[in-house]
Amino acid sequence: MNARTIAAVWAGKAAAASSRAFGRGGGTAIAGLAALRVDPGFVERLAGQAGRGAVAITGTNGKTTTSLMLNRIATAAMLRPLHNRSGSNLIRGVAAMLVEEATLAGGIPDGECRLAILEIDEATLPEIVRVVAPHVIVFTNLFRDQLDRYGEVDTVAKAWERALAAASPSTILVLNADDPAVAHLGGSAPGRVVYYGVDDASAGGPSEQHASDFRTCLQCGDELAYDVTFYGHIGHWRCTHCANKRPTPQMSMTRVALNGEATSMTIALADGDLTIELPLSGLYNAYNALAAAAGAIALGIPASSIVTALEGFAAAFGRQERFQVDGRDVQVLLGKNPTGLNQVLRTIAARHGPKTLLFFLNDGIADGRDISWIWDADYECVQSETKTVIAAGTRAEDLALRLKYAGFGDDVPVERETGAAVARALAATPAGGTLYVVPTYTAMLEVRELLARGGGKHRFWEEE
Amino acid sequence: MSTPVLRVAHLYPRLMNIYGDRGNIMCLRHRCEARGIGFELTELGLNDRLDAKAHDLIFAGGAQDREQRVVADDLIATKAGAVREAVEADVLLLAVCGAYQLFGRFYREASGTELQGVGIFDLYTEHPGDDVRRCVGNIVIDWQPDEALRAQTLVGFENHGGRTRLGGGVRPLGRVRTGCGNNAEDATEGAVYRNAIGTYIHGSLLPKNPALADHIIRTALSRRYPGIALPPIDDRAEQRAHTAALRLRA
Repeated sequence: MNARTIAAVWAGKAAAASSRAFGRGGGTAIAGLAALRVDPGFVERLAGQAGRGAVAITGTNGKTTTSLMLNRIATAAMLRPLHNRSGSNLIRGVAAMLVEEATLAGGIPDGECRLAILEIDEATLPEIVRVVAPHVIVFTNLFRDQLDRYGEVDTVAKAWERALAAASPSTILVLNADDPAVAHLGGSAPGRVVYYGVDDASAGGPSEQHASDFRTCLQCGDELAYDVTFYGHIGHWRCTHCANKRPTPQMSMTRVALNGEATSMTIALADGDLTIELPLSGLYNAYNALAAAAGAIALGIPASSIVTALEGFAAAFGRQERFQVDGRDVQVLLGKNPTGLNQVLRTIAARHGPKTLLFFLNDGIADGRDISWIWDADYECVQSETKTVIAAGTRAEDLALRLKYAGFGDDVPVERETGAAVARALAATPAGGTLYVVPTYTAMLEVRELLARGGGKHRFWEEE
Repeated sequence: MSTPVLRVAHLYPRLMNIYGDRGNIMCLRHRCEARGIGFELTELGLNDRLDAKAHDLIFAGGAQDREQRVVADDLIATKAGAVREAVEADVLLLAVCGAYQLFGRFYREASGTELQGVGIFDLYTEHPGDDVRRCVGNIVIDWQPDEALRAQTLVGFENHGGRTRLGGGVRPLGRVRTGCGNNAEDATEGAVYRNAIGTYIHGSLLPKNPALADHIIRTALSRRYPGIALPPIDDRAEQRAHTAALRLRA
């Protein structure tokens, strides 16, 4: 290992230690930045030591959960993952994870039997393709998210296409056949493509045209039609003009049954069916499990490990995560863009009984400063059984107005401060009852921190 | 007088709804129904013809570039004539963001290519190129619908690369207090011609600008129901959101 890389490891470890000492939480980004400053080629050199290669997971929604599922599957298969957990999915987050894993001599212990599992921000994918050259890339979906930061969804789609055009021919793409924007990437695939998709039409629902982000064919520009819509623009799509249509998935979910807090599913493989009882609810989590399973198969991991890992799966932080606080069950469900939030709202609506809801809307850079997307989310669907609702966050007043339109009344309480909002919501939740907290990204970090102090859950950077 | 009905045509609700434009329609419906005014919505997509005489209000929102190109072709082929006829007959037009640009005279891309607009508003838009900062952020403008009335504020969010320059045939909707507006230079925002209003403000525009929403409903209805008055309704949540938006940084 060259001296510069070793110096980078030291710089990173020192930055992480001082950040922790000053209580600045984990130092997840700081350590990575410090290492990259010393050695700009740090990620390339360290990730290159993973003898079992690298898999990148990207897309708008589900990448944290899908990555964590792949981590569990790889662990069940006795591969030791190198995984950037806790949602730090920029280059600096990957670098920080490598700093933590590396020895002071700049080596990754047992490097030859390690698999790098990299959750990657949509806009960072081109850089990762260039620097790490992952063997497998899993794409979850592409939705409108933070238009002020990423630009239009088309901009992201085009950047992905360009990145893939330069990728190695040995790269395997794992693509969601049910998302027209992701399936379209098959056309720019440097090598093999594995499509996954849901074939069980009974999981389809009403069309959500207001939260649909790809309405026209990426080949001819005419309108798309759907034989089945699962959510957003995810479904069995076809162009009304040209021959472009949903590719037939090689990894097909032939049965999916959403039963309250769990999901029962069957995935058809070439050599038999996998039946999995996933302890998470929501069709979006069924897609996450399917994407993780497809990624695992592409990596050559045996199917038995997929079943074991998914059946024992616990939620990623802030994604259907549960806390016990003063005898109340608190569930945190991240809702950061209209499609993701609609899935979360459907999931809450499917739980029976009176509900206490705490919604957060922050407009920080990491949330997206434009909050107009709340008008495309269907808050209406959780209105009927809600006993108490509170609007919180830096844009609480906008949220309260949206909730008024959703039928929650003229006087939805507004609470800008996170601690006060959580305390008020807990006080409104009966003992033994459930409080559903639905935050945007930065609010989720704050809420988790608070609940971790009050409940029994460890801090996210200490996860595992 | 029979119960008044506001007849709204929403152009391309599927293709042009990127910044929560649905909220504008929800707002118009709510503010009519709360007063016992009927609300009739006609959604028009690609190839659908617009009847210039059948509506009191025509609304169109923002789109992504790819969808905007599809819409521009269809608009000119199937609807532009009827929109022009309706606007000349004082039908209310509300065009937000992408639609605002489309209803101008032309849009000049950074490459110099000009895309023809519908020409309702005497204005043009040019894209200065990707190396020039987009106009993205919270926006507050001063708006004076009538010289007899005192100026009010309109609040929302803008996100556009194109810079719009007004000609002599239109007046601005308002003057920028915070944000960019039409071109980040002359402090104008939006455009008004007869009862046609164009603006870059979304957020959505109407829910937290109830004064503008009522101005639009009243103007749209008064063609068929002269002198119609809108009784006040409970706007506390709207006012709280409006006031909170006044203090936001651009």
